[in-house]
Amino acid sequence: MDTPPKAIAGVSTFVDDRLGAGSFLKRNLRKMFPDHWSFLLGEIALYSFVILLLTGTFLTFWFRPTMGEVMYNGAYEPLKGVMMSEAYASALNISFDVRGGLLIRQIHHWAALLFIAGMVVHMLRVFFTGAYRKPRELNWLIGILLLSLALFEGLTGYSLPDDLLSGAGLRITQGVILSIPLIGTYIQFFLFGGEYPGEDIISRFFTLHILLIPGILLALITAHMILMWVQKHTQMPGKGRTERNVVGAPFYPAFMAKAGAYFLFTFGVLALLGTFAQINPIWLFGPYTPADISAGSQPDWYMGFLEGSLRLMPAWEINLFGTSGGTIPLSVLIPALLPLGLIMTGLALYPFLEQWVTGDRREHHIVDRPRNNPHRTSIGISAMTFYGVLWLLGANDEISANFHIGLYETTIFGRVAVFLGPAIAYFVTYRICLGLQRKDAEIVSHGVESGVIKRMPNGEYIEVHTPPADDILAHMRGKKEIPVIESAADREGIPPKGARSLIGRLRAKMSKAYGTDRVPLEEGHGEEHVAVGAGEHKEGH
Amino acid sequence: MTDNTIDQPEDRVPKRVIGTPPPSEAILKEEPAHKPEALLGVKLQDPESARKAERVVALLFAIAFLAGVGFIASYVIFQVGTLEKTSASNFALGGTLTLALLALAAGITTWVRRIMPKYSMIQERHPMASDSETRESVKETFLAGANESGFVKYKLLRRTLLLAAAPLGLAPIVLLRDLGPLPGTKLRHTVWGEPTKNGKPRRLITEGTGQPIRAADFNSPGGILSVVPEGHEHDLNALAKATLILLKFRPEELKSGTNLNWTHDGIVAYSKICTHVGCPAALYEQTTHHILCPCHQSTFDAADGAKVVFGPAARPLPQLPIGIDEEGYLVAKADFNVPVGPSFWERGDAEKEAREKAEKA
Ligand code: HEM
Ligand code: FES
Repeated sequence: MDTPPKAIAGVSTFVDDRLGAGSFLKRNLRKMFPDHWSFLLGEIALYSFVILLLTGTFLTFWFRPTMGEVMYNGAYEPLKGVMMSEAYASALNISFDVRGGLLIRQIHHWAALLFIAGMVVHMLRVFFTGAYRKPRELNWLIGILLLSLALFEGLTGYSLPDDLLSGAGLRITQGVILSIPLIGTYIQFFLFGGEYPGEDIISRFFTLHILLIPGILLALITAHMILMWVQKHTQMPGKGRTERNVVGAPFYPAFMAKAGAYFLFTFGVLALLGTFAQINPIWLFGPYTPADISAGSQPDWYMGFLEGSLRLMPAWEINLFGTSGGTIPLSVLIPALLPLGLIMTGLALYPFLEQWVTGDRREHHIVDRPRNNPHRTSIGISAMTFYGVLWLLGANDEISANFHIGLYETTIFGRVAVFLGPAIAYFVTYRICLGLQRKDAEIVSHGVESGVIKRMPNGEYIEVHTPPADDILAHMRGKKEIPVIESAADREGIPPKGARSLIGRLRAKMSKAYGTDRVPLEEGHGEEHVAVGAGEHKEGH
Repeated sequence: MTDNTIDQPEDRVPKRVIGTPPPSEAILKEEPAHKPEALLGVKLQDPESARKAERVVALLFAIAFLAGVGFIASYVIFQVGTLEKTSASNFALGGTLTLALLALAAGITTWVRRIMPKYSMIQERHPMASDSETRESVKETFLAGANESGFVKYKLLRRTLLLAAAPLGLAPIVLLRDLGPLPGTKLRHTVWGEPTKNGKPRRLITEGTGQPIRAADFNSPGGILSVVPEGHEHDLNALAKATLILLKFRPEELKSGTNLNWTHDGIVAYSKICTHVGCPAALYEQTTHHILCPCHQSTFDAADGAKVVFGPAARPLPQLPIGIDEEGYLVAKADFNVPVGPSFWERGDAEKEAREKAEKA
């Protein structure tokens, strides 16, 4: 094809005459996108969100967000004649009286789980590769906001169908709100329009769930994409890749087509789950009543860690003013707010803390391999362990039942593990990172085992080493030093200004620990070092 | 900032002068100007294998087409209603949709991988910051504008503007006031303390059956019932605070934590609403007399005033004073003497307050 088809040319000319879109397209059609499997994780979240919008809109056509009592008279036999809220009745109708309704409901729920899982894994990728560093701190913060909002979006959605399970979640939410010092009672009364459960909460959550939060999510996701586009994607270290370029495939046509396929894959997998993996079978739970609960109920996965931290907590409560008030239920307040607050605040501050510790104000467009910043990686794994212990404890009753361990023992184990686990994880991860660095250093300086055994004139057998392939070598050489702030005393023994105060000294110390390269890469010494005795290369493993 | 280092054909197709041949019919029949090989970092696929790949892609697209048609057909063929019918419809619709989406996805992926070239193109990157000249000029423009506007110079203007904004900023918050009533002392009372319509004490009603409970019938030790207040059997707001668990003990099993005056013949009533965050504490283990809340496993000793033996709940489940009316049915003698359910700021140490009151009386 040597000229664009008439239809396209016509439309393009029309648009360009009016908007001057040509120069934008000229710059952007061939925008480069670097390739790495881990760069696709964010897309999972993005496409899940699109699918949530599509399926959610479908659900709104039939869902009735009101708590007025009706007698169920739909197709599902076992509940016929039962009094229930209109919300629950309409959710049942979507499942049993609307063709495709059950499928879309289940896809919606699965997409919600995948949306949040996609965001979390994507965030971990960004964290462990240091892709949040300058100039991308803003996008990192947007990401944290997105994650927090998504948790609320999931919470409000989970409460909508008003079945027994969803009500249990709502009840816990209410108890947590009540525990907030000073204003908790008021917030609860305002949110629920009076006493729990009242008649308003479903319709209010509905507005939050389908309008307010998705609207903000959409705006933030758009901003996230624009920043990514403007700043261009980071790339892994490798051959020909520098801080001043982007190596990859162009947006048009390759990336565009790939993205389309990837969206379809995500949708396809969600459709598969929605078809074959039953989720939230609300008709089995019955309508909500605060008097009952279905035993062994589990929240959605992203709420599991809150459940776990509530379970772990010992029964602490203080009354500041004795009999006249000031009750602070620490056994609710701490587990509900502290882990989430700790993780989110820690995440939000990390780029800035790291900058402060390393004094590194440079732009970074080539990301780190996790092993090459061992302290960061250890901190990340440590936080993941903290989260993981809480999450596991959210299912301690299942663990106890399946592995025949006493229920209380699992709780007590968790109370210890939540502190000990992260510490052990830190130590082990740090060791592993250094080990991996050593392996890299080995390969860079001595090459890789070729599998060829050679007999030396003196009778010794050695394995011949060959230099690694170019691209692998470039990938390994991509390791960049982590700056350490200047803190050494000058000739008169006076430390630089910043390092004199207590905080300054602490900072200098941390900077040194954080930045010092324990396994510097040594360049290979050409051919003569290629063959190395078998015994020799084993050291350091 | 996004210009490419690679030479790319930039000029659009030159405008045609009427009467000359369109550019595709190049006069000298030479290679078209857009020969992709000219691009750096673009490795074309072998035409032979691309041709083969085309057949695979076409097959996948055809499958997607058929599955899509199957989806529409399933919508028409399969009706919903019963569990079985809905399930069949779900499988048919979901199965065809899945197949269509995945086949389409696989087709496009094959297309990208085996027909489109392999790309490794390079684009230059520039520092994000604008150059100092630009910054300087923006700074100047800003200052000029600020001064021209008079915002800096005219103090009264500035202050009254901020003043004007303040109440308007508060307005949205004020508007939210009617979201709900003020709490008052509502959390301290339950319907057990309210008078009934006929002025008689409120009966305990078995949840589900809706029947009042004759004390003489609830007579096997180890028995347990979930109980709701008469007249409020389906009132969720009332149930959220007033639901009870009713237990029958042998007299010697009860320990000092349980207020015996509030029991009737070994029958004890506790609030079912967990004092942690309010789940119904619904599980009971007869041998240990433990009430277990399934939410976070707070465990209460039912024989000993439902005091906490394990878990995050900080307070015992409040006990309701019960007795019987003239017909022998269980009734509430008074409201709980402490607030039920989760703790809240205004609650205070209500247990201590109640004890002090009892000692005084
Ligand atoms: C953006 C992230 C979203 C998340 C994480 C999310 C999550 C959820 C969850 C977990 C449920 C319970 C589903 C069930 O019944 O099993 C739900 C229900 C629902 N969602 Fe969403 N949702 C999102 C977006 C949306 C959007 C954009 C809309 C509408 C425009 C929407 C409309 C609905 C409706 C109407 C229901 C109740 C229907 C029912 O339960 O049958 N959702 N949502
Ligand atoms: S609500 Fe009962 S233990 Fe948390």
